[in-house]
Amino acid sequence: METEILKIAAKHLKPFLLILSLFVFYRGHNEPGGGFIGGLMAGMALVLYAGAFGVEEAKKLRLAKPLFFIGLGFGLALISSLLGLLVGQGGFMTAVWNQWQFAGFSLKLGSPLLFDLGVYFVVAGMLVKVIFSVMEEDV
Amino acid sequence: MDIFTAILLLFLLAAVAPFINASFPRISGWILSLPPIGIFLWLLSLVQGVSQGEIHAFAIEWLPALGINLMFRLDGLSLLFALLVTGIGGLIMIYAGYYMRSYQKTNRFFGYLVFFMASMLGLVAANDWISLFMFWELTSLSSFLLIGFKHEKEAARKAALQALLITGLGGLALLAGLILMSLPYQSFAFDAVFSNPDLFTQSPLFIPATVLLLIGAFTKSAIFPFHFWLPGAMQAPSPVSAYLHSATMVKAGIYLIARLHPVMEDQAFWTYSLSLFGAFTMFVGAWFAVSQQDIKKILAYTTVSALGTLVLLIGTSTAYSVTAALVFLLVHAFYKATLFMMAGNIEKKTSTRDIRLLGGLSHFMPIAALISMLALLSMSGIPPMLGFIGKELMYEAKLNAPKAGNFILLMGFLANAFTVFVSARIAFDVFYGKCKWPGQLPKEPALSLSTGPAVLVIISLLFGVFPNSAAVLLEPALKSILPAQTLIHLKLWHGFNEILLLSALTVLLGAVLFAFRTKVIAMVGLLNGKYFNLKLSERFFLGIDLFIRLTKKKTTFIQHGYHRFYLMTILITASVLLFLSIFKLSFPLAEQLELNSWTIILLAAAVLIMVGAIATVVAQSRLVALVSTGISGIGITVIFVLFSGVDCAITMIMVETLTIVIGAMVVYHLPKYLSFSNKFARWRDMSIALLFGVVMGTLAFLSANKKPMEKVSDYYLENSLSKGYGENVVNVILVDFRALDTLGEIIVLGLAAIGIVALLTLNKTKSKN
Repeated sequence: METEILKIAAKHLKPFLLILSLFVFYRGHNEPGGGFIGGLMAGMALVLYAGAFGVEEAKKLRLAKPLFFIGLGFGLALISSLLGLLVGQGGFMTAVWNQWQFAGFSLKLGSPLLFDLGVYFVVAGMLVKVIFSVMEEDV
Repeated sequence: MDIFTAILLLFLLAAVAPFINASFPRISGWILSLPPIGIFLWLLSLVQGVSQGEIHAFAIEWLPALGINLMFRLDGLSLLFALLVTGIGGLIMIYAGYYMRSYQKTNRFFGYLVFFMASMLGLVAANDWISLFMFWELTSLSSFLLIGFKHEKEAARKAALQALLITGLGGLALLAGLILMSLPYQSFAFDAVFSNPDLFTQSPLFIPATVLLLIGAFTKSAIFPFHFWLPGAMQAPSPVSAYLHSATMVKAGIYLIARLHPVMEDQAFWTYSLSLFGAFTMFVGAWFAVSQQDIKKILAYTTVSALGTLVLLIGTSTAYSVTAALVFLLVHAFYKATLFMMAGNIEKKTSTRDIRLLGGLSHFMPIAALISMLALLSMSGIPPMLGFIGKELMYEAKLNAPKAGNFILLMGFLANAFTVFVSARIAFDVFYGKCKWPGQLPKEPALSLSTGPAVLVIISLLFGVFPNSAAVLLEPALKSILPAQTLIHLKLWHGFNEILLLSALTVLLGAVLFAFRTKVIAMVGLLNGKYFNLKLSERFFLGIDLFIRLTKKKTTFIQHGYHRFYLMTILITASVLLFLSIFKLSFPLAEQLELNSWTIILLAAAVLIMVGAIATVVAQSRLVALVSTGISGIGITVIFVLFSGVDCAITMIMVETLTIVIGAMVVYHLPKYLSFSNKFARWRDMSIALLFGVVMGTLAFLSANKKPMEKVSDYYLENSLSKGYGENVVNVILVDFRALDTLGEIIVLGLAAIGIVALLTLNKTKSKN
């Protein structure tokens, strides 16, 4: 069921969806969004691509390393959990926040954001891995 | 530098050790020996201060909410053990660097070994029970990896599993015991118990807690009846055996007993248990060593005997006996590490460890023979080695034992005579006599293989000749075990007295036994085969098999593999539990759902949900049913949006989409069938669905009630911005307030992905074959 329209759409939508997913992830702390939703979107971008071009093609993408991303996600979540223990005063899994002022902009980053990024990667990786595995069954 | 940094440093070294070995395979042992030896020297520089009563303590908060902290201390006892761990550890590294060259995949081996060392250092330096327990378990885990390193061999896998299960079981008992002990204090710190032991010893929990603590210590230190894992553990490569038997692992139980002793020194239950099990193990270990033919197995059984001796000596609880225990701890660590390394060298050069096949090795490796001879002298307790002083003190302690002195003396005398006997066997049948091994003639082992043994033997010799140089180390350790006592003056020559006579008789009996060794071994072997064949190890595995069969039955019963029955089980259980709790709490139901407005959109959404649900039920094909559930899902999404649950709505719509995508792919593979289900199944499914629907509906009416219970959500709403720095409450809950839950969830997600992949690839390989 490979169609040209889907192919073109998927090809050009993929980067937008990925960027959008990152945006949704970042704004999650204050507005609707977050790691889970962002991860789902990122995963769907690849799934869409696989739907249009087939899994074999999609697996050649540089981003199509789901197990690596799952591992990366765990790693980030773990690091953010340990930050509180090593840097902060709180202990395991307590938040550490820092704010940077830069030319009128202020950027506030904290360990929960890093944790959320971990969630993002795990969700995206797991989605891609599972759906690709199921799709491969077709062949 | 403090002790926490030192431990952290070793754990970091464990992480990089594989890379060091991969980059510098020829000198990795020497490189890896530097950090432990550095820590050893630093610890040595603390000896003077600690001997004057200084205690180096260090603590960081870990889980303050539970009152659990990472606490470390260096007092006399900790320092003594820490010196052994790092000093012998450094020498073992040098040895292992060369020894492991003939093995495959050694990179990870060095990681395990350093990890083991770090765990052991943490264990002996802990200053609270939880930290101690954590490191205790880490040593069990890392020793499992080390014992089973030659995992292609079934014997090694079995030995590793056995060691892990026995010490793991002991670990659980230990944890329970430690918690019971700490309960009256509301604190896990050592000092809480030490400053007021009566609170524990007078509590009704004293006996059960002590039993559990003893099980923990006895399993780790291979005390009868848990001794059988240790001889099996010689499946490990020789550097591991040398380390495990001398300074780590089995000494952890001894350390724990010594550490706990000041709390319970006046308790008859404690001292009697230690004396009884110690004395028996001392004898049994030596007895079983007699008839062995494998050098490593002989050494393993003498370790069992030595551990029994140490437990007995601490349990005897006099200044003499504890001094003897500490001296013997050093003696044993030095000679046992040396002899295991030498056994490894002999195996490397002659490819056998069977005494019957060896002989005359001193012609070919004179230096190795000299080193081994000195270590064996120390093991037999013959001057001028430190072992002699150790044995003299032991006899003195046993002569002066407050209770059952004669019996203990007899057991000790026989155990020592057996030890002399096996020492003589190794000395004369391996290094002298006829050469009778097949194949290539052995050569002197390499420098890296002899460095460790040589250093240890020289130290043992120096301590033997100048025993008081050890006193500065042992005195503070004694003070940690028996605060009121002082160290017995150590000297090589006691004059002609009954103790010297006992020593001489021991050697004499050992020599006589050795003269008739063929008969003695045959007789002991016969007796063991006929009467003392406990087969503990075999029975242990029979028990494991039984357990596995039982769990298999249980699993096939519960995990039957029918998805529909899983669903039914979950729904029925949830309904019944929810119904019961609704009934029990008996909150009034809301009169009506208070919705802000019955807008037309809301109505439309409700209709959408219902239409979707009905369509699902009456659908004639799977695909239609699937899409119909999607319609319901969209309706729910709309409701989420209307009630400002935007996060939920976004997630919902994506999950719905995905469900349909994945579902469609699955449906595509399923066989077509004519009827979905029979009449009975339909009625059954409908009743379950109705039950669940009614319960969930009731729940909705309940939660719509004004104030059924104090709302948790208010806390989150109030603190989201101030404490979590985020305006999206849902997200703040997910990543901050309840981040631990999320961590668990993503771990489940990852595992599910791996599980699904495993399932699908398994199917693929099956269909291919």
